[in-house]
Amino acid sequence: MLAFNFFGATEGGLFDINATLPLMAIQVVALTYILNSLFFKPVGNVVEKREKFVSNNIIEAKNKLSEVKKLEADLLNQLQSARTEAQRIVSEAENESDKLYKEALELANNEANASKEKARLEIESQTSAARDQLSKQADDLSELIVNRLILEK
Amino acid sequence: MFFNSLVTNFAALEVGQHLYWKIGNIRLHGQVFLTSWILLGALLVFISLGTKKMENDPKGLQNLLEFLWDYIRDLARTQIGEKVYRDWMPFIGTLFLFVFVSNWGGALIPWRLIKLPSGELGAPTADINTTIALALLVSLSYFYAGLSNKGWRYFEYYVHPTPIMLPFKILEDFTKPLSLSFRLFGNILADELVVGVLVFLVPLILPIPVMFLGLFTSAIQALIFATLAAYYIGEAVEEHH
Repeated sequence: MLAFNFFGATEGGLFDINATLPLMAIQVVALTYILNSLFFKPVGNVVEKREKFVSNNIIEAKNKLSEVKKLEADLLNQLQSARTEAQRIVSEAENESDKLYKEALELANNEANASKEKARLEIESQTSAARDQLSKQADDLSELIVNRLILEK
Repeated sequence: MFFNSLVTNFAALEVGQHLYWKIGNIRLHGQVFLTSWILLGALLVFISLGTKKMENDPKGLQNLLEFLWDYIRDLARTQIGEKVYRDWMPFIGTLFLFVFVSNWGGALIPWRLIKLPSGELGAPTADINTTIALALLVSLSYFYAGLSNKGWRYFEYYVHPTPIMLPFKILEDFTKPLSLSFRLFGNILADELVVGVLVFLVPLILPIPVMFLGLFTSAIQALIFATLAAYYIGEAVEEHH
């Protein structure tokens, strides 16, 4: 028969509440403890260990990346300073060679001027000596001419 | 007349009949315990197999169990909150697994093939005793959670926004287990009855969509039960300022 006896059923019925209730509650509590030790704890340990591992690795990788960036910046700085240093050395050397060239040029100019002057002086002295001699010879000649003219008379 | 014949026909469904076990003065619904033992045994075997060799790189069953664990953790964490969800996760997870395994076991395994002297095997959650037991455990849990976390300050919850709420909050303590137990019981029993009636009337094809709907309902009910239990516990431990 269809036992649709609601509350107050003595035997059977959909709402027949009896000792099944507390025993089922005890069974569920026991199941909670069993599942906790069989399932939740071990799986939780593994999962959380892995999560920790992954997050640690990510942190480590981030640290390494920042270190790499720092080193890169450092290298770039070094490169920059080396470049400026090289530029400085090159310009210095250029200046030096320029100075040396100018000095040498000046020296050569001076020397040339000096020898030119010397030559000019020599030419001048020789010219004057030759002129003196010439005028002396002219004097001598004129004296001779005069003497001869006087004597013939 | 028609009603009478319908009643006799429905008798084949054996609604509200139980296999009674008598221990002294105590009477038990044997079919509930039989199915629950079979299903929980299968669950425990499944879990022991999956956790036998735990590795850092999960394979096979371990993967599935870890997914399940993660699902339950998310459920507990979102409802209970970061602070105490760890304490209650096993309980919430057990409720979810118990209800889910019971519902699906009741729907998927052709219990009718096993003949009992009285009553028939079916989902343990289609018995009012089981669902009331679960609901009362939830009630005890949220009281315990509130009292152990906040001490007597737990009762501030009853007058929280205003003292006007006091009668409603007290009423809630009764409606919570009532709605929890009757929702689960009603859904699963109704699903079994609908499938039973349909199979009885049209044995071919027609019951199949309803069976799928039943599986869907069963899973949803397990989720609802676990979520509400976690929500009640979360409500009890929540600090309002």
